[in-house]
Amino acid sequence: MSIGTFSLPALPYAYNALEPSISRQIMELHHSKHHQAYVTNLNNALKTYSTAITANDVPSQIALQAAIKFNGGGHINHSLFWRNLSPSSSADADPASAPTLAAEIDKTWGSLDGFKEAMGKALLGLQGSGWGWLVKDGNTLRIVTTKDQDPVVGGEVPILGIDMWEHAYYLQYHNGKAAYVENIWKVINWATAEERFKGDREDAFKILKAAL
Amino acid sequence: MSSSLLRTTPLLRAGLRARAAKPLAAMATTSFTRGKATLPDLPYDYGALEPYISGQIMELHHSKHHQTYVNGFNAAVEALAEAEAKGDAKTAAAQAPLLNFHGGGHVNHSLFWENLAPNGKGGGGEPEGKLLTAINQDFGSFENLKKQTNAALAGIQGSGWAWIVKDKASGNLTLVTRANQDPVTGNFEPLLGIDAWEHAYYLQYQNRKAEYFSAIWDVINWGTVAKRFGQ
Repeated sequence: MSIGTFSLPALPYAYNALEPSISRQIMELHHSKHHQAYVTNLNNALKTYSTAITANDVPSQIALQAAIKFNGGGHINHSLFWRNLSPSSSADADPASAPTLAAEIDKTWGSLDGFKEAMGKALLGLQGSGWGWLVKDGNTLRIVTTKDQDPVVGGEVPILGIDMWEHAYYLQYHNGKAAYVENIWKVINWATAEERFKGDREDAFKILKAAL
Repeated sequence: MSSSLLRTTPLLRAGLRARAAKPLAAMATTSFTRGKATLPDLPYDYGALEPYISGQIMELHHSKHHQTYVNGFNAAVEALAEAEAKGDAKTAAAQAPLLNFHGGGHVNHSLFWENLAPNGKGGGGEPEGKLLTAINQDFGSFENLKKQTNAALAGIQGSGWAWIVKDKASGNLTLVTRANQDPVTGNFEPLLGIDAWEHAYYLQYQNRKAEYFSAIWDVINWGTVAKRFGQ
């Protein structure tokens, strides 16, 4: 069985482009080290998995599932995350770039601020490593959290993901994760969010297929 | 703090610290609502574990992270007591994840600080006596124990801890991992815990966590482990 090899997608901006919200050092480590490790370990796990399938070795296949979920999730989540961010001076960082989504957010949370507050509460309530996501479930918007690197699976379309692993903010914010959550709103790519809201699940995962 | 005190609940420990002269039985019945968990002092300076763990990491880890667990635990205990008083079972039950997370964070860190000591001043070196005999028996060798522990730490997917524990029934030593701040409970007695949360090493080691896992053995207090083992 032949399998594809995933590769680290290039960032659509420079490592320092999100300063001062997210430091260059964080972005460089996060992308070139952490994301790369998920890609490398995913490829290794899939290669071993492919051998186990060829050998009809079901116990080995089962044993590999945790590694595939963790590293595959890490690759998916970070690939979606980088595109959720944009330099604060860019047009994409203006919520006006997401008129359709904004209308639905208003309907659900009253206002953009109402949504930010609800999302912030979910993010700060995570116990341990994980992510907060704005997802589209059918025609409704919801906030969900996922632990560790569990990806958003099922029918939901991931619109906006925020990484709450400590490696996403610790070098700059230390234990002050509320300040990280506050500042990340300045570098959200609302154009990406709008595009994902208008599209379906397949569209959101296009970036991942491009990295194959 | 003696190792026997560490085995009691954090609330009871806080009560004991605050009113050490009072008899134990009286404490257990009276301290539940009034006694609050408090941040224990570190038994060494923040910079004392350098260069293996930086002073900045130790200060944030102790004065900010551990303090947050203490505060969260006290808040959850208070909310539980209020809900109980009102007969509000739903709200009482909703405190369970918070009690586990913050209470676990408080217990784990309290055990962890005492597992560490400055290199050459109680930290580093090798286990001795009955503890070493048990390690050789259950892990093959001290080197093997370190290797297996480091592999378990590296394999944690997310935040969590690795623990060398004593199985209370068999007396055997074994290695377990716990997610997030889940404490070691039940049939296992925690002897040695290593914190694999990123906040425990990131400022110094960044993504190179294997280097942190390798370095921490130079500041492990085997005297504490031996005491908890019952030597």
